[in-house]
Amino acid sequence: MLWQIVIGGIAVGSAYALIALAMVIIYKTSEVLNFAQGDMACLSTYVTFMLLHGYGFPFWVSLPLTLLFAFVLGACCEFLFLRRAKDPTVLGLIIMTLSLEMILFGLLSWKWGSDQRELPFPITSYDTFTIGSFYVSRLEVLTFVVALVMMALLFLFFRYTKTGIAIKATQLNRDSARLMGIRTNRILMGTWGLSSVVGAVAALLIAPASTLDPYMMWDPLLKGFSSAVLGGMTSLPGAAAGGYIVGIVENLFGTYVSIEFKSAVAFAIIVLILCIKPSGLLARHYVKKV
Amino acid sequence: MDMKRSHYEDIRLFSSRVVFAWFLVFAGVLVSYPFAASWLGKNYYIYMANYMAINVIVAVGLNLLVGYAGQISLGHAGFFGIGAYGTVLLMTKLQVPFVLALPLAGLAAAGFGFLLGLPALRLEGPYLAVATLGFGLTVTQIIGRWDLFGGRQGLHAPPLALGPVTLAGDFNLYWLIVPTAVVMTMAARNITKTKVGRAFVAIRDSDVAAHTMGVNLTYYKTLAFAVSAFYTGVAGGLYAFALGFIEPQTFNLMLSILFLSMVVVGGLGSIFGSVVGAMLLSLLNLKLASVHTLPFLGPVLLQLSESWFTVSGLPNFQYIVYGLIMFLIIVFEPLGIFGFWIRTKIYWKSYPF
Repeated sequence: MLWQIVIGGIAVGSAYALIALAMVIIYKTSEVLNFAQGDMACLSTYVTFMLLHGYGFPFWVSLPLTLLFAFVLGACCEFLFLRRAKDPTVLGLIIMTLSLEMILFGLLSWKWGSDQRELPFPITSYDTFTIGSFYVSRLEVLTFVVALVMMALLFLFFRYTKTGIAIKATQLNRDSARLMGIRTNRILMGTWGLSSVVGAVAALLIAPASTLDPYMMWDPLLKGFSSAVLGGMTSLPGAAAGGYIVGIVENLFGTYVSIEFKSAVAFAIIVLILCIKPSGLLARHYVKKV
Repeated sequence: MDMKRSHYEDIRLFSSRVVFAWFLVFAGVLVSYPFAASWLGKNYYIYMANYMAINVIVAVGLNLLVGYAGQISLGHAGFFGIGAYGTVLLMTKLQVPFVLALPLAGLAAAGFGFLLGLPALRLEGPYLAVATLGFGLTVTQIIGRWDLFGGRQGLHAPPLALGPVTLAGDFNLYWLIVPTAVVMTMAARNITKTKVGRAFVAIRDSDVAAHTMGVNLTYYKTLAFAVSAFYTGVAGGLYAFALGFIEPQTFNLMLSILFLSMVVVGGLGSIFGSVVGAMLLSLLNLKLASVHTLPFLGPVLLQLSESWFTVSGLPNFQYIVYGLIMFLIIVFEPLGIFGFWIRTKIYWKSYPF
């Protein structure tokens, strides 16, 4: 029973980990906490829905098209919104991403209405099979595997490609990276695109388990924040680990303590971590300069 | 020039006779407004005024927190919900009279605000935004799941009795809501001129410097949250009666952002600005919720919806408008309407130059 719940938690946590990764990628590069992450991902999921349901494309065509759309969307958001802020304050940046969130939410709920829809995903959460004595659904396995593959790809990208190293250089010091000939503006656009793609993958894995509606990503957004905070906001492995921890803790709490307050777990984790260890589990200690 | 020579000149409620005269005119308009509206037979206009006054209370309270104390909150819909549900539940379950139930619900919201203020001692900027966002989302979900709160179906507001008088209808509620808003706005204006208000501003400008000067950070940060939550809770209680019906979906993330955008549009750190911003955005909110009935714009959007979007989703057009307004304000006029007002004033004061 216990391990069954833990397995469910890991599967849910994989999706949270992906959202947290998407946030951390942006936060590390531009110190912007992207509140629009959820709606960017939601819009990409709706594009998949449109391609599959409206135009009748097969899944293996619409998936790459969606990921391409997500990349362009992220890059456009950076170019049209964040870059327009001249010398912004922390509050200004937060309000900027909130306004982006509102615009995207308005667009997608205008375009598709607020009815609940089913995403015609090839795998549903209903077909289950057993491993040993545990019931696992195919969707859970898929989520887990895809999350691991994405993490591995991100690791390889940041470690071995020239663009990845340029992103890391920009994260360390934007001015010197610029002096070394890195086009930091393009790097910022690229990171937003990359983050949007990671978020879209997460939303595509979340959508089949729930229904597709404009509010779909609000709850996962909070869980993603909580995972990212748990991991320390600036650490990619930390965000991934945070996602799994949040998923498992939430599932255990929902089963053994109270199902009504299950959604309060993510909030409680945020507050506890920030009060006890604000730098998170895996990030280096951070001291503010006055 | 208008140079201030003593402290009492600074804390006076009306800085000059001109301001006092304008205040009298404003009060006269407020008193005659419902009579004029009911004479015209437009009861809806009174409802609009009530709605605006409620939002003014929230915006003023939120500005004390965001504009003066410099702490960000994305969870004010949570306090609003606590105030609304608290008032209704105290009256229906415990038979508390309204006069007591409203401040008690406000205090309950303030209690939660105090609790949310505790992590704010360690947090700043984006982290605080995340924590408060979590608070707002969690309150909505718990209210929606718990049977005591009526679950997804929501609750009906009980009849509102003030002593022997029963207030029903928008016209009667106006005499409760608008004076409350005026009194609370003036109270907020006075708070900003006292020691507490100056402590808030000191914390906003630099909390380390404020701490060094002897401002008790624990006390004032939690106080800012509690006062702001109290304002929002009272507004929530009034809202339950203005609408007559509350449901958990009302108090969602978008409402929190809408409250924040009222403050941003009006101008951070200005009571006058948040009153104007709240009135402007609530008017826009009411108008855009039925955008298809607007002249010129309505038919165009309706046609656009039929060919490209969905007609049922057209009311969500309002979020695009708010988002654009917030974006433009941040890029072009970071002080909002208040900043625009100040610049106009200075321009005319030194006119030919």
